[in-house]
Amino acid sequence: MDLSVLWFILVTVLFIGFFFLEGFDYGVGILTPILGKTDTERRVLINSIGPFWDGNEVWMLTAGGAIFAAFPHWYATLFSGFYLALFLMLAALILRGVAFEFRSKDNNPAWRNMWDWLIFAGSLVPALLWGVAMANLIRGVPINGEMEYVGTFWSLLSPYTLVGGIAGLLLFILHGALFLTLKVEGELVNRARQVALRVGALAVLALVLLVALSYSQTDLFTRAGAGVAYWGAVVVLLLANWKLRGGKYGWAFGLNGLAIVLSTVAVFWGLFPRVMVSSLNPQWSITLYQASSSPYTLKVMTIVAAVLVPVVLLYQGWTYWIFRQRVNPKHLEY
Amino acid sequence: MGELLLARWQFGITSAYHFLFVPLTLGLSILVAIMETLYVRTGNETYKRMTQFWGKLFLINFAMGVVTGIVMEFQFGMNWSGYSRFVGDIFGVPLAIEALAAFFIESTFLGIWIFGWDKLSKTLHAACIWLVAVATNLSAFWILVANSFMQNPTGYVLRNNRAEMVDFGALITNPYVWHQFPHTVLAGFATGAFFVMGISAWHLLRKNHTDFFQRSLRLGLAMGLISVLLVSGVGHLQTQYLAKTQPMKIAAAEALWETADPAPFTVVAAIDQERQTNRFEIQIPGLLSFLTHNSFKGEVKGLKDVQAEQEAKYGPGNYIPPVTPVFWSFRIMVAAGLWLILISLLTLYLVRAGRLEQRPWVLKALVWTIPIPYVANLSGWIVAEIGRQPWIVYGLQRVEEGVSPGVSAGAVLTTLLGFTLIYGALAVVDVYLLRKYATQGPVEAPPVKPQETAKEVSLWT
Ligand code: HDD
Ligand code: HEM
Ligand code: HEM
Repeated sequence: MDLSVLWFILVTVLFIGFFFLEGFDYGVGILTPILGKTDTERRVLINSIGPFWDGNEVWMLTAGGAIFAAFPHWYATLFSGFYLALFLMLAALILRGVAFEFRSKDNNPAWRNMWDWLIFAGSLVPALLWGVAMANLIRGVPINGEMEYVGTFWSLLSPYTLVGGIAGLLLFILHGALFLTLKVEGELVNRARQVALRVGALAVLALVLLVALSYSQTDLFTRAGAGVAYWGAVVVLLLANWKLRGGKYGWAFGLNGLAIVLSTVAVFWGLFPRVMVSSLNPQWSITLYQASSSPYTLKVMTIVAAVLVPVVLLYQGWTYWIFRQRVNPKHLEY
Repeated sequence: MGELLLARWQFGITSAYHFLFVPLTLGLSILVAIMETLYVRTGNETYKRMTQFWGKLFLINFAMGVVTGIVMEFQFGMNWSGYSRFVGDIFGVPLAIEALAAFFIESTFLGIWIFGWDKLSKTLHAACIWLVAVATNLSAFWILVANSFMQNPTGYVLRNNRAEMVDFGALITNPYVWHQFPHTVLAGFATGAFFVMGISAWHLLRKNHTDFFQRSLRLGLAMGLISVLLVSGVGHLQTQYLAKTQPMKIAAAEALWETADPAPFTVVAAIDQERQTNRFEIQIPGLLSFLTHNSFKGEVKGLKDVQAEQEAKYGPGNYIPPVTPVFWSFRIMVAAGLWLILISLLTLYLVRAGRLEQRPWVLKALVWTIPIPYVANLSGWIVAEIGRQPWIVYGLQRVEEGVSPGVSAGAVLTTLLGFTLIYGALAVVDVYLLRKYATQGPVEAPPVKPQETAKEVSLWT
């Protein structure tokens, strides 16, 4: 196989890992001030993702770094094109990251409330924007013959991409709520379940709408298999809701995670072999072959990734093992 | 202001801001790891409290380092897409490796360290902070490999309108990085060490927890003295190396307009960039020759001659960087280094004589020394980065070719203001918290008790 194709697959895998993992910590972040009625409860909710969220965020950084190294033109066009949207996302991630660390450093309730709401907003904005970004990727954006984005911030917003954003947001909130059913105790589990039930139903609606709209808004279904993945995501999401009703939280979490994985696969599979779709002229779409680095660079990166990725997976898996127990409100060392 | 100038300001501000937190992370992570190791080996509870006290300050700082780093990762694509297309084939590689090989370790094991006090054995727990410390230094290595390529490109060919990598080995054995990396990392060690010394001195002045802070101060002193001596030594070698690889930068750092043999060292100067001369200068004869050639004879090239050489090589243009900031930053950094050496030697003498606490003015000076390494760090980067102008990649690409063609000045201005506002606000919060926890000292009970379980927090207030 061509190494640039391998790297396209690897970038897809990185995005899958990122959405699957950070998806639940965005969700927990959004739910923190809503589910947590007391200070201790909020602390419990935050501690459920405390040891993980930064490691999860590095999946995003690595995906960005991998795009830069393997597909410099993709990196350049994507980030200079989605400029203001990316700025909003960065601003949100900055505030969210410090909020986790700073909220407990002062006892003043107003201080804590402020950071809790920043955790909320800082998780909501990227959760929404990633959905919008994925929808834009597959739908196409104004790109000219020189690989440059020629639209504005507003060209990224359309009914279709907003539906994409909302679907992503709801999937992530559901993912977070289901994660909480596994990680917290007592009354909080109940509340998480209630939210999951409601959000779950909405997520099905949004995802069905998104998939249906994709018929007219994208060329995704012209590719054999992409439709299977997309509708598969809907089916799996329905199953997740069903398991949730039956109180099988582990199953529900896994199935909803699978729905996230499948929708990501659908988008990247629909893109292939393009990395940026031009809405102005199909000829101007950027393919992975045009965007890629030299064969030598890809070879170096392949060796590096082959050595390091398994190690990363091992020790990240180990963290989840260490912190496999539910968060105990009696031991909130933070 | 045009897009280019705004983009440059944005890069300067965001990276300088990121680098406010990085050096402390580099140094303090090692010190905390040493403290915890001492705790594991001796079982002495004081070391555990030291680990926790300094660890808390470390974490407050680390959070800022992380969130400002995310911006760095993406802004090459946002503001410098021309640059990213041109060097992505090479530059992206160390960046991706940095994430894979360093950020993952840092973030994962720090998470374990924070939440794992009662979940891991003592030794394993200490191993986690060591992994964090090693990984932060590793991350510095990879990012500096990237930066060194911009300063001194190696292992590439020009093909397909871009620089393509042909030799990964040459990239990581770039002599540039083997000067820059030790210098930067040791500067980070010094930053952490003087931070610990300064805060300890503040408490010793007030006779708080004397044993605790004496031990901390001594640890800081050992690390501070060693690293500042080494940083200056490496800095000296780096200057000599630069005189060969980037003669323009050294000529600018010395405000030397005409080639001279023997070359004098200019202590202060009033620089007139337009007329290409110094209106006023105080010089020490022969010293610059000595600094660059280890001998009082020897030629050092002046700005005008390097300019002529580069015109012959790269075509007409102005290759002289802004001399004033480079010149003064260099002096500030060296002065800072000398000050750090002096104060740590003095402290060493007093500690050995057992008289440190009878010299409150030395303790006070140590408190006021906390910002000095920061000043030196920033000045060092100004020398390195402004001294590289007008190139973004030395000899290969000029700054104006690197900027994103499709991004409007308005957009850059928006994000520039946005980042500056957020960063400004966070600086206030960060300083408030560091002060609060630094002056509070080690506390026996966990300092942050969750509030009453029963009391509801309103959703909207
Ligand atoms: C505590 C911090 C600190 C101290 C005391 C010094 N430096 Fe430094 N210096 C740095 C922190 C630093 C830095 C922030 O780490 C830089 C920026 C880029 C780099 O490579 O390191 C730097 C850059 C830098 C450069 C520019 C390198 C380039 O253009 O790539 C030179 C020539 C020196 N230093 C030389 C010195 C000398 C001769 C010192 C003698 C006292 C010295 N530095 C002390
Ligand atoms: C963290 C410490 C650093 C600081 C404080 C710093 C500071 C600066 C400053 C002040 C400028 C503006 C120079 C000018 O426009 O006149 C600049 C430019 C730049 N630096 Fe750095 N820098 C740092 C590290 C790096 C690293 C590690 C890289 C690359 C890996 C890098 C890449 C660049 C680029 C791409 C520009 C913009 C183009 C230019 O103006 O030359 N910098 N930096
Ligand atoms: C200009 C290019 C740079 C980029 C793209 C960059 C990127 C990043 C990113 C993404 C993080 C957050 C990692 C996380 O989430 O855990 C980070 C943190 C860090 N960076 Fe940078 N960085 C740059 C400059 C530098 C320089 C010049 C150094 C050191 C010499 C450095 C050393 C570190 C270290 C040690 C951390 C750990 C966190 C902390 O310091 O608080 N970085 N950087």
